Amino acid sequence: MTPLEDIRVILATDCGSTTTKAILIQKMGDEYRQTHRGEAPTTVEAPFEDVTLGVLNAVTELAELSGRKLLDDAGRIIRPARGEEGCDLYISTSSAGGGLQMMVAGVVRSMTAESAERAALGAGSIVMDVIALNDRRLTHQRIERIRQLRPDMILIAGEVDGARTDKVVKITETIAAADPKPRLGADYRLPVIYAGNRSRRDEVTRVLGGKTSLSIVDNLRPTLEEEVLLPARERIHDLFLEHVMQQAPGYARLMEWVDADIMPTPAAVGAILKRVADEARINAVGVDIGGATTDIFSVFGEDFNRTVSANLGMSYSISNVLAEAGLANVMRWMPIAIEERDLRNRIKNKMIRPTTIPQTAEELVFEQAVAREALRLAFIQHRSFATRLKGVQQQRTIADSFEQDAGIESLVKMMDLDLLVASGGVLSHAPRPEQTAMMLIDSFRPEGITRLAKDSIFMMPHLGVLSQVHARAATEVFEKDCLIVLGTCIAPRGTARPGRPALAYRLELPGGEERRETLRFGQMRRHPLQRGAEARVYLDPARDFDLGPGKGVPLEVTVQGGTVGLIFDCRGRPLSLPSEPAERVGALKTWIEEVGVYSPEAIPH
Amino acid sequence: MAHAYTPGLKVTENELLRRRRVLPIPGEVVVEEGAKVQPHQVVARTFLPGKVEIVNVANKMGVDQSDVPGAMLKKEGDRVAQGEVIAEAKSLFGLLSSRATATLAGTIESVSGVTGQVVLRGPPQPIEVDAYIEGQVLEVVPDQGVVVESSGTLIQGIFGIGGETTGEIAVVSSSPREVLNDDSLSADLRGRVVVGGSLVTGAALEKAIELGIRGVVAGGFDDQDLRRFLGHDLGVAITGHENLGVTLIVTEGFGRIDMAPRTFRLLKRHQGQRASINGATQIRAGVIRPEVIIPLQGTAPQSLDRPGEHGMDVGSTVRIIRNPWFGKLGRVASLPSEPARLDSGSRARVVSVWVEGLEEPVSVPRANVEIIEGRD
Repeated sequence: MTPLEDIRVILATDCGSTTTKAILIQKMGDEYRQTHRGEAPTTVEAPFEDVTLGVLNAVTELAELSGRKLLDDAGRIIRPARGEEGCDLYISTSSAGGGLQMMVAGVVRSMTAESAERAALGAGSIVMDVIALNDRRLTHQRIERIRQLRPDMILIAGEVDGARTDKVVKITETIAAADPKPRLGADYRLPVIYAGNRSRRDEVTRVLGGKTSLSIVDNLRPTLEEEVLLPARERIHDLFLEHVMQQAPGYARLMEWVDADIMPTPAAVGAILKRVADEARINAVGVDIGGATTDIFSVFGEDFNRTVSANLGMSYSISNVLAEAGLANVMRWMPIAIEERDLRNRIKNKMIRPTTIPQTAEELVFEQAVAREALRLAFIQHRSFATRLKGVQQQRTIADSFEQDAGIESLVKMMDLDLLVASGGVLSHAPRPEQTAMMLIDSFRPEGITRLAKDSIFMMPHLGVLSQVHARAATEVFEKDCLIVLGTCIAPRGTARPGRPALAYRLELPGGEERRETLRFGQMRRHPLQRGAEARVYLDPARDFDLGPGKGVPLEVTVQGGTVGLIFDCRGRPLSLPSEPAERVGALKTWIEEVGVYSPEAIPH
Repeated sequence: MAHAYTPGLKVTENELLRRRRVLPIPGEVVVEEGAKVQPHQVVARTFLPGKVEIVNVANKMGVDQSDVPGAMLKKEGDRVAQGEVIAEAKSLFGLLSSRATATLAGTIESVSGVTGQVVLRGPPQPIEVDAYIEGQVLEVVPDQGVVVESSGTLIQGIFGIGGETTGEIAVVSSSPREVLNDDSLSADLRGRVVVGGSLVTGAALEKAIELGIRGVVAGGFDDQDLRRFLGHDLGVAITGHENLGVTLIVTEGFGRIDMAPRTFRLLKRHQGQRASINGATQIRAGVIRPEVIIPLQGTAPQSLDRPGEHGMDVGSTVRIIRNPWFGKLGRVASLPSEPARLDSGSRARVVSVWVEGLEEPVSVPRANVEIIEGRD
């Protein structure tokens, strides 16, 4: 590989389940910039069954668009770069063929099994099921389930080190009785990782050693107070490369081409978000809403969490959003009336023809209404998963108890969130940036002062894997080309009677212009403020409202602009919409008009 | 991307059809290469490993886990009957005894001195695979099954529920626009595959089940009715395992949508002939569409039913698959290369389509049309 300091041209691909995306990053003067992008259908499935064909097609398109010759006559990637030819570094991520699919097991669902789930999710896996002794299933039901699943790998945790019980061995016996088989390839043994009680390793080896390809790593819950996920995550990654990737069509060849290990796409997205949050010392949440699934990543201080809502998405899973959210919750975001029968049929038609796009404004409004619910539900799942370790005694104050959901404190505290990053078709490709901003605010409900941004062309996966080999290039491109800053949302926490004062502010815009206003409960206000521009704002919340320092405590901050600008949201937290239909539609239309979400022709007030 | 539009569903008069009929796990293939097969003829069979149950013998007998192997009356590999004593322990100088019994009939798979558990495995469950279509065995896949070849009419639907079945085709609607109501169905249709027009109502489907009709094929179906039939909202489109007593195949989509005239004509032409149908649908990676297959005897097939790779050209017949012209058929008028602004505000590549009954061609995103493939 070319020495880091000499790298001028970087080629990166992301092999998604439907599309393979290639980007070119070049050193322009002293900085790295993303310059071109190409894509082609992924070729993992029949009739092609070779992922490298899709990679070559995407790279060919990239070469045509950039005018740079990237492949030689034999179809090999030219390295190193010379003049107008080749690249110095080639890297790739992959979620093709369904990504990495795992089953995890532990003794107690909310303790060791949850830690195992966290390790698997953090490694970029889809968790197909979590087996635990208290999962309310009978043993034979668990066995049936394990048989049906055919995962790529199994992670087993259970018990703290030195525990003198037999529970983790019981779980192991259940898995052995099911005799699980791998998803891909019939001629190799299923990889199983044991990350449980050290003193049970011999028994676990006796039970599973002959039936599976067993590997043993440090206990991921050595004590109740500790969670050590890294050894398990690293072993998952190694096994992913050694076993799973080798079985997927064409991957053995792709692994020879790359200059750094292939990463599962979600692991790469998590890696870049974590790096950026760490470098800027901020708390960040990233979301990627796809056709089938919604991934959410959060970095709060030292805590990184990822969740995958496997059946919340905008095409294949759109019908499931309706099933889980309920019709009324989708309809509450609609400023126009649609009959239930019609709405149901529309959702199903999108499900069976997932590649269609909204042609009319009404269809767009409807799709974005569904997206709000998909995002809201996925975020609820994320917040309830990203918690402190359960089973550990903690001292709580009265203030803490207001933060808790069902008695368990989420690490994702909305008031502490600094940056919210959106990606995925419905968010990234919304015709107006105001639509992306409003979908984020309505579903994530940020509190206090939060910057909103979107991934311009979904290059976070590429940058995530790049961050492992060339951190500087990854960070530079992330800030300059990847993120499109939408602006800043200012939302006080609290509620009041409609029409009561909620927030007084004085805004000093660049150039000396000043705005003063008192916003009432239920009101929104938008001020354009260009990308890169800053404004000083003096905020004076009413007695029952809090922007971070406490109820009624004033605050003075500098805020950043973006393609949308500043959005003041005084609709309250928790956010509740008027229950009376006509009043609700009236309120929606007022907010839409104020923020400029849809054109007045599309949604007349 | 070059192919931004949906490739469309296959509707062809006479195709060479191949269906792979294999077991989920290795087993025995019971027909030979070249054999003529009927839809319900078994081509391969095997046994699924039996149900597993775990008996906590240590708990049941109140003994230490490590004492369980010594207390076993049966050893690993032994056959046991349900209720049979498998372990016994005596205490208090042999005055008291405790026993553990088998919870199912089968064999002892393992005995653990660590957990005190005994794993019992029940008798293997037989499973069989039939030929599904009338035809000839083209290839035997050793230990797995066969590839059956036939030639005939293939109609792919967009969505279905219920599994494989067969029956004679009975077209009951007079046109592709007509709604299939419950009053169109009568007792003489028992065992048939009934074809309607633009919509099958929930009441008609209910009556079809009552009358023992094997399958229903129609242009559309309402999601509200689907929900009622399944008893829940269908979240993800993976179907085929429903046990409703009828297989439903929807050719166009949800709501009332005229069946494509060609599809209707083809089905009508084969009135009275036996069809093999399957409602199984999967709309994620590895797409599976529901299908109607009508084997034709003695006619030379025109081609193999590989997925269509034809591009969209001026004059191609297309169906618009999203509002505002959802369900309409038309012909491609032009294919502008530059992206156009849509009413939604997005920019996308579009296709201009002559729609029946409209005076001007309409502009539609290319992603929102599908080519109606195949020849008449």
